Amino acid sequence: MTAPTITSIRAGRIGDSPQRPDGRQKVTGEFAYSSDLWLDGMLWGATLRSPHPRARITGLDITGAVAMPGVFAVLTHEDVPGRETYGLERPDQPVLAIDQIRYQGEPVALVAADHPETARRAAGRIRVSYREEPPLADARAALAPGAPSVHPGGNLVRHVRVRRGDPDARAAVVVTGEYEVGMQDQAFLGPESGLAVPAADGGVDLFVATQWLHVDRDQVAASLGLDPDLVRITLGGVGGAFGAREDLSMQIHACLLALHTGKPVKMSYSREESFFGHVHRHPASMRYEHGCSAGGRLVYVKADIVLDGGAYMSSSPAVAANAATLGIGPYEVPNVVMDSYAVYTNNPPCGAMRGFGAVQACFGYESQMDKMAAALSMDPVEFRVRNAMREGSVMPTGQVVDSAAPVAELLRLVRDRPPPPARDTGDLRSLPGGVSNTTHGEAVVRGVGYGVSIKNVGFSEGFDDYSTARVRLELTGGEPSAQVHTAAAEVGQGLVTVLEQIVRSELGVERVAVLPADTTIGSAGSSSASRQTYVTGGAVRAACAEVRSQLLARAGDPAAGSPGNRPPGLAGAAGLGDLVALLGKPAEATVTWRHRPTAPLDPGTGQGQAHVQYAFAAHRAVVDVDTELGLVKVVEIATAQDVGKAMNPQAVEGQIHGGIAQGLGLAVMEEIQVAGGVVRNPSFTDYLIPTILDMPPVRLDMLELADPHAPYGLRGVGEPPAISSTPAIVAAIRDATGIPLTRIPVRPEHLTATQPDEGPDPPSAMIMGRNAPHRVPFDPRS
Amino acid sequence: MRVTLTVNGSQRTADDVWEGESLLFVLRERLALPGSKNACEQGECGSCTVLLDDVPVCACLVAAGQAAHRRVVTVEGLAPRGELGPVQQAFLEAGAVQCGFCTPGLIVQVHDLLRRTAGAGLPPPGDADIREALAGNLCRCTGYEKILDAVRLAASRLPVMP
Repeated sequence: MTAPTITSIRAGRIGDSPQRPDGRQKVTGEFAYSSDLWLDGMLWGATLRSPHPRARITGLDITGAVAMPGVFAVLTHEDVPGRETYGLERPDQPVLAIDQIRYQGEPVALVAADHPETARRAAGRIRVSYREEPPLADARAALAPGAPSVHPGGNLVRHVRVRRGDPDARAAVVVTGEYEVGMQDQAFLGPESGLAVPAADGGVDLFVATQWLHVDRDQVAASLGLDPDLVRITLGGVGGAFGAREDLSMQIHACLLALHTGKPVKMSYSREESFFGHVHRHPASMRYEHGCSAGGRLVYVKADIVLDGGAYMSSSPAVAANAATLGIGPYEVPNVVMDSYAVYTNNPPCGAMRGFGAVQACFGYESQMDKMAAALSMDPVEFRVRNAMREGSVMPTGQVVDSAAPVAELLRLVRDRPPPPARDTGDLRSLPGGVSNTTHGEAVVRGVGYGVSIKNVGFSEGFDDYSTARVRLELTGGEPSAQVHTAAAEVGQGLVTVLEQIVRSELGVERVAVLPADTTIGSAGSSSASRQTYVTGGAVRAACAEVRSQLLARAGDPAAGSPGNRPPGLAGAAGLGDLVALLGKPAEATVTWRHRPTAPLDPGTGQGQAHVQYAFAAHRAVVDVDTELGLVKVVEIATAQDVGKAMNPQAVEGQIHGGIAQGLGLAVMEEIQVAGGVVRNPSFTDYLIPTILDMPPVRLDMLELADPHAPYGLRGVGEPPAISSTPAIVAAIRDATGIPLTRIPVRPEHLTATQPDEGPDPPSAMIMGRNAPHRVPFDPRS
Repeated sequence: MRVTLTVNGSQRTADDVWEGESLLFVLRERLALPGSKNACEQGECGSCTVLLDDVPVCACLVAAGQAAHRRVVTVEGLAPRGELGPVQQAFLEAGAVQCGFCTPGLIVQVHDLLRRTAGAGLPPPGDADIREALAGNLCRCTGYEKILDAVRLAASRLPVMP
């Protein structure tokens, strides 16, 4: 074994891979995650949730809970002083259920107590009478005339139409397909959690793990009936996000309890509650028809995509837009008829997860590309290359792709990777089933599959997508040092590292500190849509330019009047000795920075300059399948991705590896199984995410084709790895088995003749936090 | 009840412990050692891995009373305060830390793996050995590639035993 060559750099610039500034705390256990927060005298909050997916509340009796020693507050919707609903795009979700239940797990009441177990048991003593109603559990049925409405106004959340070219185009070769995507969970490891502290001014300070502080603040303030300035939010340590922290979970609840009791209140979900406490990836039902010339050029694509948004809106409208605008993939297609629908049902609410909208569609269009290649007797890579989008290509929305789109090159890179070694049947660990000793290689077959994907970066459709950054340069102990302040959420991706690198490169100083993210500065937007290095990185760069301009003015430099004229680092321009002299007083700048504007889609035709940037990745998967047991081992993933500029190569690699793991999960194991609106597997025992045994080696090619419109030429990197890795793996399983798989995740029974059983009955009550009956009498004061 | 145990070399006592509390809860909420993490609390994710009498366990599955009068080592006890152990250093350098929620449990698990292999004069673990040893530690961010790099790096730095 050879040791990897790893260069350790503490103070790196753009293009280096310095160590994370929070890394030392994270490896020693000192880093304070939102679930680690603690104050003397704090209380613990607990949530009572509905066991039913659709019901009327006919009675609610809290007296049993109120009477319990150690309980300080029991709250229902009547205790919400402000707006009783919240939501990212439309406030349609009750803070606490108001007379009716629209999904299993909907919060009904809250308890604060002096021990978490007291709070949970008190929640169990609240008596709720429900009149159950049949849940609306099928998204296509929800669109049918006469379907019962989940909300007033019907079940259609949004219909996005995209029309390009001739809607009646005909072609020599036609393939059709219907595809389904199951409900994936983000499954971040750090539970929804935070600490709300009532303040003397009548406001509240909230320390919480989130992706977007200001949108949290505005929703919390509205429901508390407070001025937004009285709700101060500071980012607690975030244990992963992947979209699931874009919507509120316990934020309003903890603040309500804190203001009601006058004491700090901590809430921290159990894993079971976490499955009910955040939105998931939309399940999708898709129909595709592809038409192609005999020579292998795509003539048309017709598709409809139905996305099950569950009980509340969340970000469903944006998911539907992504599915529609990106739904034919990174290909040139002259004629497109695309309809995507997001709908309400009584299933769990769905919203943001890495690659949203693009992930579901990619499984559909890439499955179709393989099917068409087979119909044409063409190599699947050659067929894709022949139709690949490039710079200058026109999207179905009419938008011209105006920076690098190396789709063909990415495909060739993964195709030309050497194949992985043949399996070693002498080592169980290299076989499907591993040390379970389920095969010694009998009935194991290998397959290879490909996928390529497109994703928009940043917020689209005319959204005012900006970030705010303050940079301060001053002398500390006689040396120049910089501070960076933004409200951008570090969720694990390494934004804090990259912001430091930007300041070092722009100002030429070594000492840089990133201050805690909070709402005392303007919004940074969300840590989602692969946008934060682009947008907050852009804001920090602009603030540095402003600081440099101030200092050059102090020095009387003629270049000072044009901050766009950027010398290569302040130290290089002025000299370090001069810099110390110029910093007699600190230089500080606060900048709000926007990427170039986007435009709404035409509601009739879906035409418009809707997206700010596109990102592309390709994947080749090699799998071994035990065809008797239906077990799949992914042997290797080869990937190629254009990242524009690798700001921090080690972190970019980490994003790519991690995204592929989530794509692998969706391909072969990850699904929240919902039956009749009831979740059957809300635990890590039954909801499986890839372990280190499931994740194969990744062979990675990274292209750096600068986008002239983006800071440093960078391209968002977080989402593309999670998109086409999934269809590549499924294509490899098809290649190995010959089975025309149309649903993900692929289950063992899809690969064998065995039928699935129907699973256990749904639970009759839901008190979150403990699965097993308690045998120990509980009294925390004993 | 009162629970007395040795944590990271020091004798510690927790009072008013309910019999249903886990070792993890006592460490995090009563002994001010939140380094061991609470990701699933049912023994599936490994985020709360600690050494109990030198054996790695999920602290969430150990009742506090079961740990009485035994030795517990958490991530906070793997190196003197202000210093990094070799596994911690390797995780930091290799980029094996993103959100970091799995990191404390992984570091305890890798510490145990290397102590049993390269640290005991045996050959360093191969990739298949590393994967088996870490199969009970879930990570949602990294795809495990950089974690493998970190383990290889830490193993390569252990002193060669005669």
